[in-house]
Amino acid sequence: MKDWRYWLAEQRGTLLALGIFIVMFAIYSANHPAGFSANVVQTAANKGVLLAFVAMAQTLVVITAGIDLSVGMIFLLTNCLASWLVVGTPMQTTLGLIAVLAAGLLCGAINGAIVIYGRLQPIVATIATGAVYYGIGLLLRPFPGGSVNEDLADALTGRVFGVVPASLVVLLAVVLVIWVPFSRSVLGRAAYAAGSSETAAYMSGVPIRRGKFAAYALGGLLAAIGGLFLTFFTYTGEAAYASGNAYTLFSIAAVVLGGVSLFGGKGSAIGAIFGALAFRTIGDLLFVFDFDPLWQPLFQGVILLIAVSLGAFALFRVRNRLEWFL
Amino acid sequence: MSETTLGGIAGRMPKFIRRADPAVLTAFACIVVLLLLGSLYSRSFLSPEYLLQQLKVASFLGVIATGMMLVILLGQIDLSVPWAVAAGAMMACAAAAYGPAGVALAIPFGIFCGVLIGIVNGIGVAYLRIPSMIITLATNAVAQGLMVVYTGGFSPQDSATGAMRYLATGFAIPGVPNAVIIWALIGAAMVFVLTRTGFGRTVYGIGNRERAAYLSGIDTRRVVMIAFAVSGGLSAFGGVLLAGYASKAAQSMGDAYLLPSIAAVVLGGTSILGGRGSYLGTVAGVILITLLQSILSVMQMPEAGRQIIYGVVIVAMLLLYGRAPASR
Repeated sequence: MKDWRYWLAEQRGTLLALGIFIVMFAIYSANHPAGFSANVVQTAANKGVLLAFVAMAQTLVVITAGIDLSVGMIFLLTNCLASWLVVGTPMQTTLGLIAVLAAGLLCGAINGAIVIYGRLQPIVATIATGAVYYGIGLLLRPFPGGSVNEDLADALTGRVFGVVPASLVVLLAVVLVIWVPFSRSVLGRAAYAAGSSETAAYMSGVPIRRGKFAAYALGGLLAAIGGLFLTFFTYTGEAAYASGNAYTLFSIAAVVLGGVSLFGGKGSAIGAIFGALAFRTIGDLLFVFDFDPLWQPLFQGVILLIAVSLGAFALFRVRNRLEWFL
Repeated sequence: MSETTLGGIAGRMPKFIRRADPAVLTAFACIVVLLLLGSLYSRSFLSPEYLLQQLKVASFLGVIATGMMLVILLGQIDLSVPWAVAAGAMMACAAAAYGPAGVALAIPFGIFCGVLIGIVNGIGVAYLRIPSMIITLATNAVAQGLMVVYTGGFSPQDSATGAMRYLATGFAIPGVPNAVIIWALIGAAMVFVLTRTGFGRTVYGIGNRERAAYLSGIDTRRVVMIAFAVSGGLSAFGGVLLAGYASKAAQSMGDAYLLPSIAAVVLGGTSILGGRGSYLGTVAGVILITLLQSILSVMQMPEAGRQIIYGVVIVAMLLLYGRAPASR
């Protein structure tokens, strides 16, 4: 096979997600009362990047064949933290930003340490740590409130040169600074290898533990960037249990839509970003078609159910029935 | 190292203790410690009334955790508990609005809705081979969506029927709350199924190695599906009881039961990887969690502190005896 065909095979999930997103967004903007304008794109981008960051965080963990059910809670916790710290003079704001990102990294690292070195199942471990993170968030913000450096918030949620949404620029920067170096590094390859076949990777001397640990920790960091952006949009911090759960759930949906295999070892964060944007757009389609917003949770739930069921088509290709039982 | 010392000590103990799972013993020991701590805090902590009240509160969690245990024994997990509980409660209350027949069928209808959710989970896990945590999260979202559409975004006005209230708060035998009797009956049935029937053995078999169970000629997919249906039904029944206890159904009433039900099963020594665990452990786990909740609320610990303590306790207990083997 030629090189480009390998590339195509590797990126199939990502390209499919991109295709779904373009089609959905075309339908969305064609039926939007304001049409395809900079404002519509900006609003959609701002809503989409929140989920995109959380979905990227989930991707890193899912690639290692794990799952992080605490991403939504890290997202909430960092939102609450940012509503205290990211205020004041530029100097204080910068320190606050660093502190919030460090907190997210720490949350992810704790998850990683418990799952990898504590050898616990990721599902139960991250549900439990999620409860802890939510509790800390609630301690920080028993009631919605707080504030954020509004100049920074407006700059990052506005438009660059009056056209491009700033949030998309930040998203691109994060991809270039975190995802691309990680996926090309030894650690990133170790994370993929661990997800693909942990035994084989271990036998080949791949540093799977460090790779998985880096994936969990960076996942926390990405969730924290999402939390920061939530603060920039809302200007407040709020520990809303339902919202945290919803983001965890949607991140899984976005990851699946983005072509990342839940069994690990396959997919990319870029696919998950398009998955997240597509999922958000599908959810918002209800609004442009004037449905009752009450139907939105059901609609999103059904999309999620369909998205996860699509993976079942692989069963038809299984020749040996024993492969059904992992 | 520690196992040999344990073996040495255990060798000198009576037979029934030697046979018991160390995790179950630890859980019971923790219950005793919690009771002692509680009695230091307040005299009334050891009074029969208080303990019976705790047992009654524990029975709701107990019913839900029974279903969760069945699923965890298979090596799967059921994250659709929150909205299965809420759907059971809300649908039972809703059925009561349709005349005498509705009132009579309220409880079965609530349970039926839970079973439906469980069947969707079961089909996804057993036949479509979707990872259980994913499909159960998805059905949870769909159940939530259905309930939101049905109620129009508000809590339903229908209140619980007399029968539901009687089951949750009545006294068929003087001095023993009905809820406790129900939990005991469900528990006894579960113990019978797990230890005395082919279905129970199959559950343990699948939890250990589904391939081996399949090759032994068992229709493993049917067993997995039934287990999920039972779990959904028991969650909904727990919701029905809760609605009877609170005399009405509320949208978020199930949220508080996901983590505790998993925690109760896992703290009771059931392996999260499946195939190992006893119902006695789950009973201990349920009582342990309920006592912990009770003490924290007596101490007027705010919700935030409770969540943190839950999470930390669960991780700590799991690190003590829930770890996967180190060898590859």
